[in-house]
Amino acid sequence: MSVLTDTTADLLGSGAEDRSGGQLLEISMGPQHPSTHGVFRMDVTLDGEKVVKLKPVFGYLHRNHEKIAEKESYLGCMPYTDRLDYFCSITNNWAYALAVESLAGIKVPERAEYLRVITGELTRLQNHASLVGFLMQDMGASGTPLMYAFREREKILDLFEALTGARMMCNYMRFGGCRVDAPAGWMQQAQKVVDAFPRFLDEFERMLVSNEILMARTQGVGVVTTAQAVNAGFSGPMARASGVNYDLRKVDKYGIYERFAFRVPLGDHGDVYDRYMLRVLEMRESVEILKQAMRDIPAGPIMDPGTKIRGFRPKAGEAYGRIEAPKGELGFYLVSDGSGNPYRFRVRPPSLINLTLLEDMCIGQNVADIVIILGSVDIVLGEVDR
Amino acid sequence: MNLETVKQEIEANVPGCAVDMVLNGSPSAQHSLLVDAAHGFAVAQFLRDGAAVRMDYCSNVTGIDWPVKEISTKVKTKKMVDGVEKDVDEVVKTQSGGYLEVVYHLYSVAEREGPVIVRMRTEDRAAGVHLPSLTPLWRSAEYQEREVFDLYGVMFDGHPDLRRLLMWEGFEDFPMRRDYVDPDDYEYEPTAHDEVLQRTREHWSAEDCK
Amino acid sequence: MDEQLKSELRRQGVVATSLQELYNWGRKSSLWPLNFGLACCAIEMIATTMARYDLARFGAEVFRPSPRQADLMIVAGTVTKKMAPQVVRLYNQMPEPKYVISMGACAISGGPFKQGYNVLKGIDRYIPVDVYIPGCPPRPEALIDAFMMLQRKIDAQELTGPNRPRHLNAEMASEFVIPEFGAHDLEPPSNPEVWSAPLVNIEIAGKNEPGNG
Repeated sequence: MSVLTDTTADLLGSGAEDRSGGQLLEISMGPQHPSTHGVFRMDVTLDGEKVVKLKPVFGYLHRNHEKIAEKESYLGCMPYTDRLDYFCSITNNWAYALAVESLAGIKVPERAEYLRVITGELTRLQNHASLVGFLMQDMGASGTPLMYAFREREKILDLFEALTGARMMCNYMRFGGCRVDAPAGWMQQAQKVVDAFPRFLDEFERMLVSNEILMARTQGVGVVTTAQAVNAGFSGPMARASGVNYDLRKVDKYGIYERFAFRVPLGDHGDVYDRYMLRVLEMRESVEILKQAMRDIPAGPIMDPGTKIRGFRPKAGEAYGRIEAPKGELGFYLVSDGSGNPYRFRVRPPSLINLTLLEDMCIGQNVADIVIILGSVDIVLGEVDR
Repeated sequence: MNLETVKQEIEANVPGCAVDMVLNGSPSAQHSLLVDAAHGFAVAQFLRDGAAVRMDYCSNVTGIDWPVKEISTKVKTKKMVDGVEKDVDEVVKTQSGGYLEVVYHLYSVAEREGPVIVRMRTEDRAAGVHLPSLTPLWRSAEYQEREVFDLYGVMFDGHPDLRRLLMWEGFEDFPMRRDYVDPDDYEYEPTAHDEVLQRTREHWSAEDCK
Repeated sequence: MDEQLKSELRRQGVVATSLQELYNWGRKSSLWPLNFGLACCAIEMIATTMARYDLARFGAEVFRPSPRQADLMIVAGTVTKKMAPQVVRLYNQMPEPKYVISMGACAISGGPFKQGYNVLKGIDRYIPVDVYIPGCPPRPEALIDAFMMLQRKIDAQELTGPNRPRHLNAEMASEFVIPEFGAHDLEPPSNPEVWSAPLVNIEIAGKNEPGNG
């Protein structure tokens, strides 16, 4: 797995300075590595324990979503979006539905908008909960925090299963609304889960947030400044941890988000600790949104009656629709040539673009920090490689 | 921000550039600007730094393949047939496409504006596939331009590290192009139907020919 | 030994067994899977090991990060052509006896992504598979079912004779060809020692409606 090399000039390139006396270690982390969150690979060059160079290698889960979509109908693309970021199938559906709605000028009924917000925010809760669990796992808190996180996740997955029939691949939204309405008693059950969620957050925070080891491992590690974050296209919690006040729920006000009162947490330092804390704070805000949405949800239809789902042929044109997915700005860019399948189906993957500065974040850090820096980016390979 | 004013600003500040509005017929009405490749970098630099626009956030980079397509349109013309003027349908054949296109979706985080959509086109799909890289302006384009190079074969001049992103080194095709033919490995499918069944059948008839 | 006598002895606190039973019982009760996830199915695999589904009940919670310490490879997710050589290499690095569960539609046949240019149409083209579980992704219960099926399979193995398993038969291969990256596809596109295309009756497929292929 590792080779000792003394051709340091080749490895460092022209710009870097060789202070190691010609003893650099080149290792390949991944694609089979217990902590790379899937089949991600990094070619790392080390000087002792310090990282001097890091090149990510992508494509081990390149499943050709974009090519396959060009042969599928617009409706047929919807189940594929589930499998992009497989933690958050519902928000993927939402982004795609939003793009198609913008392409064809479809209106969404009121109740469906509320259902979208409720399921979307539940998705954010379970994504962030899993992420903090995995981040703990990466830091060496083996097992327990992840089990706590998955316990909460299972409660939300039960809700998804009752609503859509599937735990992970929900395939819930349609352009013009949602596929099914909430069954009897679902909203009460969801209310219970949401009401109990802050207790989990309290527990989690009490145990871990002010933990000395956690602070030592995460504070000042993997720092990204505000200007760097904007220039590198960071979005979602990654950008906000660096102090970029850009939340698409506030900026684009898609759906009905302007009706809800919620705050956008921002980080000061842009390090791993800020990214971690930001997710914990975002979960609290999501709970607030959920409470308001569940209180206000009206009765009514869940699909726009005028939308033709099957045999759907939008006019020639193009549209870019984006939402604030749990991982960041998830966008779909669709080009239609007037036929029944998209001429071009482009996914703007937040996970991939949030990795742009991975090398900059890791250089000068210890090799063990790579794992938590990568963990704090919150990647899902299904979306990185598509 | 009105795209027409952006266009005028660009024309006033980047001398010699050719900027065209590409109108979008869909209800989204997201129109875009087609910029010539020679001035692409200068235009992008103005869009990022110009005081009136400040597009500091390059969200999305997309490659699109437009192979040569023949469009036949019926045109009604008046013609003298046997001394009488008649309306005759004439089929006019025009060619479109024959280039690769790269689309950039730009936003302004500072001003909360956007999107400004910038497109650039290559000369053709074979040798003239060079476009200026915008990675020196926006780091976010780095991996996305590599991806466009990998899957479409657009050469980005000025990109710091133009290698394949998703496929392996040594792979020779550009799989997202419309005329890509994927390897014939459809010898067996457990649940073959429609296109897959067709491919299976083609595989075996090709084997029989050998 | 007579089954009746055996149960009679057990009631008296005497356990009588054969070496084969003991050996198989030991192996089936401590299957150590490789800590190896590919895609969506890996998340369900993780969920299976968590408190709710608790794979530890089957003696299989010890996920090993190194293939050298693992008995079982769960191919959980889409195997892309770029990843396939690594999967085969990991399999080769595992010591015998070793087993493979092909989890989910993608690992079986490419699943919904089988039309992709970079997707391998089933991991059984390169390595032998013991248990297939369908689903996209299979539920944790399905994975547990696959475990139990594998345990039954191990339980039924004979230690001697012509039907003895691969790890007790020196003549049978335990390592397989690692495919290489070619200019257009993997080379070879499948390993004929392990996999050959099942006979497809194209005549029938041609005459009848789609779906009978």
